[in-house]
Amino acid sequence: MTAAEFVPLTLPPLVIATLAALACAAPGNFLLLRRQSMLGDAMSHVVLPGIVAAFLLTGSASPAIMLAGALTAAAVSALMIEAIRRATGADPGAAMGVTFTAMFAAGVLLLETSGASAVHLDVEHALYGNLESLIWLDATGWPSLLDPAALATLPPELPFLAAIAATVLAATALLWRPLAIATFDEGFAATIGIPTRLLSAALTALTALAAVAAFSAVGAILTIAMLTCPPATARLLTDSLPKQTALSLALAAAAAILGTLAAGDLPPALGLSFTVSAAGCIATLSGLFLALTAAFGPRRHPSGPTR
Amino acid sequence: MTADPTPLPRPGTALALTGLTVSYGAALAVEDVTARFPAGSMTAIIGPNGAGKSTLLKAALGLIPKVQGEARAFGQPVAQAMARIAYVPQRAAVDWDFPARVIDVVQMGLYRQTGLLGRLTPALRDRAMDSLARLGMADLATRQIGALSGGQQQRAFLARALAQQADLVILDEPFAGVDAATEAAIIAVLHGLRSEGRTIVAVHHDLSTVTAYFDRVLLLNRRSVAEGPTGTTFRRDSVARAYGNQLLAAIPA
Repeated sequence: MTAAEFVPLTLPPLVIATLAALACAAPGNFLLLRRQSMLGDAMSHVVLPGIVAAFLLTGSASPAIMLAGALTAAAVSALMIEAIRRATGADPGAAMGVTFTAMFAAGVLLLETSGASAVHLDVEHALYGNLESLIWLDATGWPSLLDPAALATLPPELPFLAAIAATVLAATALLWRPLAIATFDEGFAATIGIPTRLLSAALTALTALAAVAAFSAVGAILTIAMLTCPPATARLLTDSLPKQTALSLALAAAAAILGTLAAGDLPPALGLSFTVSAAGCIATLSGLFLALTAAFGPRRHPSGPTR
Repeated sequence: MTADPTPLPRPGTALALTGLTVSYGAALAVEDVTARFPAGSMTAIIGPNGAGKSTLLKAALGLIPKVQGEARAFGQPVAQAMARIAYVPQRAAVDWDFPARVIDVVQMGLYRQTGLLGRLTPALRDRAMDSLARLGMADLATRQIGALSGGQQQRAFLARALAQQADLVILDEPFAGVDAATEAAIIAVLHGLRSEGRTIVAVHHDLSTVTAYFDRVLLLNRRSVAEGPTGTTFRRDSVARAYGNQLLAAIPA
């Protein structure tokens, strides 16, 4: 592929997928260790009704409105999960499952019956992502990266996701120490002055942010792969939380880059006449990494006694 | 900060609970417990399963909500005295598969000193290592916590509390499922803390060691059954009252 093709057609989806993957992997590590990965699934699904409702209320599909809608939906769903848990005595997993599927379904109905689908949201993109359409038509090659006029026509999702990824990574770094302590031992954390409830809410908010990012890239259904697979794979490779997190970011980026490239280039290279979904490739690769690591990776603490 | 010219005498009470009541749903787990833990004392909280021992500690520390009552430490509401309190939860309350080394866990006890972004100074690193050494765990500093035995896990937890240099150490079942060497190491450290004037409160299960280990007891069965020096309070009749229902229930009529 020449630069004239690569830069406008492949580079933007590649970068966007990578940013989304990084934004997801960082909080995903803590969700994994808290055994709350399903919370990520919940957040990725409630993003949809949030975005649709925000669009219907404001008539705007700007990133800020989208983000506000998604975060509001995340907060509403967190309250709903708690309310269902209290009202029915259901376990948190069941309350979560009820909440996010119901809200997601409502979002799909809302999308189908409203004018939102006419603009840029449609059900298929919401489900499977939208990577291939995020192209940069004004780019002519690598020099375009330094051309202000061409840069101005970058897909708006790119700066939006860059901002989200930067926010999530910075917040994770800033909250690193209390998050690690509260994840390991929440009761102890509360006694040393860590506001554990606020911290849990912050982690939920970061997860919602990451889910918004991933929603734009790989869609609601595959977001959970970005949140879960890289941290779970990294967990199998190391017993150090900093190393686990660093590895998860590297694995996330690798899956995003290789997945995007493979989706567009692998089938033609094999002589096939079609391409496959980049989101599907990324998620499949993430799962493959996990499977390979589980099968052939190092066994952790081999001398460890069973508890 | 300048020294207070007229320092108040050190309060004689490390922890005081007044009318503490805690509920789980409709059921009262702890009911109207009033108890005093003198500074420099070492108290065992004793009672049958479900007596509310752990619940009492958690409510006193503000980890779970109380229905009624008050907990004060060193004359202040507990929430304002937390910097002087170290809490050692039940070992089984955490996931030991967490990716961390022993020294990482101990250094968690230094969070008040380091805060969000503060760095571990050499002095703080030494403090963490010294805490481990006091429990005979210096060699295991870089060991994965998942590879520890139950007794070693408990020692790591206590080392974390030592690193906090607290005046009041509250432990939930520190001897549950530990080996004899660990039990001896822990009790030596706790007695050492007491001799420094610090206060120990521990949920304890083994009635055979109460007299040897503790100078005070609080007998609990949802309500306070008896409270006072071990010699006068840890007697057959009061212990029978604390355990009474459960002992009888275990025997066919």
